[in-house]
Amino acid sequence: MNKKVISMNFLMKSLLDKNIMVYKLQLLLTLLFLQLLILPLFGQDDFPPVPSPPKLVNDFSNTLSSDEVLKLEQKLVAYNDSTSTQVTIVMVRSIGPYDISDYAFQLGDRWGIGQKDLDNGILILAAMNDRKVFIATGYGMEGVIPDILAKRIVDQLIVPNFRMESYYAGLDKSTDMIFKLASGEYKAEEMASSGEHGGALIFFLIIIFLFVILPLIRNKKDNNNHMGGKGGGIDLFTTIMLANMLKGGSRGKFGDFSSGRGSFGGGGGFGGFGGGSFGGGGAGGSW
Amino acid sequence: MKKALIPILIIAVVGIFVYTKAVGVYNMFVQNEETINGQWAEVETQYQRRADLIPNLVNTVKGYADFEQETLTGVIEARSKATSINLNADNLTPENIAQFQQAQDQLSGALSRLLVTVERYPDLKANQNFLELQAQLEGTENRIAVARRNFNQSVQSYNSNLRTFPNNIFAGWYGFERKGYFEAAQGAETAPSVQF
Repeated sequence: MNKKVISMNFLMKSLLDKNIMVYKLQLLLTLLFLQLLILPLFGQDDFPPVPSPPKLVNDFSNTLSSDEVLKLEQKLVAYNDSTSTQVTIVMVRSIGPYDISDYAFQLGDRWGIGQKDLDNGILILAAMNDRKVFIATGYGMEGVIPDILAKRIVDQLIVPNFRMESYYAGLDKSTDMIFKLASGEYKAEEMASSGEHGGALIFFLIIIFLFVILPLIRNKKDNNNHMGGKGGGIDLFTTIMLANMLKGGSRGKFGDFSSGRGSFGGGGGFGGFGGGSFGGGGAGGSW
Repeated sequence: MKKALIPILIIAVVGIFVYTKAVGVYNMFVQNEETINGQWAEVETQYQRRADLIPNLVNTVKGYADFEQETLTGVIEARSKATSINLNADNLTPENIAQFQQAQDQLSGALSRLLVTVERYPDLKANQNFLELQAQLEGTENRIAVARRNFNQSVQSYNSNLRTFPNNIFAGWYGFERKGYFEAAQGAETAPSVQF
């Protein structure tokens, strides 16, 4: 009898505990939800997704003719191929309540313009209905294009041309100026080789190990000359060697495209954004 | 003996489970905190950069004899107030952040008043030195905004990690506490109408 009561009590208590637990969880969830509501939510929808296939000239506002877009795209892709610096043009209709600078940095971060290690991305953002333009420079470009120079490019090359509605001329001239300022800062090969250093060293060590140290050890051990006798062993090593060579070779090749996360587009196209980030460099203006 | 073995085994298994979970949660919080500390350092650096620009700005403006002294002293006072508040990264409680933000916002207000006043002095507005300082100031404000946003995002994920079950139990053991945010800029709560 007594036992039963105790076990009933225990059951009740554990049920009650469970209830409290559920209640606590609910409270927590509501709190979290409220917290999310109160905090400014950086809405995903306010930013266009990375176009697929990735492009460097993105005219969402349909201001430029397709011919002009193509010409700019070719120019920027060629520059990206030779320097790994990604100069990107984005034209939207309106950026709503955002500051043009804030929108540019967030968009640049989201798309990952520039290479990951170098942060050498530049975003020229134009909001056509708001009549605002901003040149955002990635962390790695703040040295070659300080804010004051970005300001000058905006004031002297973009704004006067945009006022006369010659949008192509403004973008063409400003990108030319950016190329001039940034020339010699980064090279595409530099990027590939800096990434390969670790791999090359390991590769080299493996070669030394396989061809110098291992044969020495083996020679000492069973006093064989190194190709004869148990040929099977060395065969295994050669296969590993070959596999390594293949691996190393292919790595070097892909490094040249330096496409961090984007997919490789059609022949000669733009390889994709590299994951660079923006720290607030750049300047803007309105026309 | 055999009967005693089962509870011991269960306790051991539960103990190992709790231990690994606790270690994992602890390490996660430590990593999050380190990220936040780094981002806080960036926020402070950028605010410091702004404070460093101000003496130059004040000197340039001072050269114009009839410039209003009130606005100038306002800026100088707000600056000394803002630089006097230094927040250690271990001390990022909501109250401390709010206090820090208030002092910095006061300086922002004084600075924008100064820039508005400058509009009345065409000579000063055309002064090359002043123009460059203004561009630098704008760049610094942009960098402050980015640093603040990055900091807020990290704190947000840290705080929600901290308060969700079962992390909240472990966090209580180790004494991890909620961290403060910078408040949203004005206009962030209005529904955005962005057109691509």
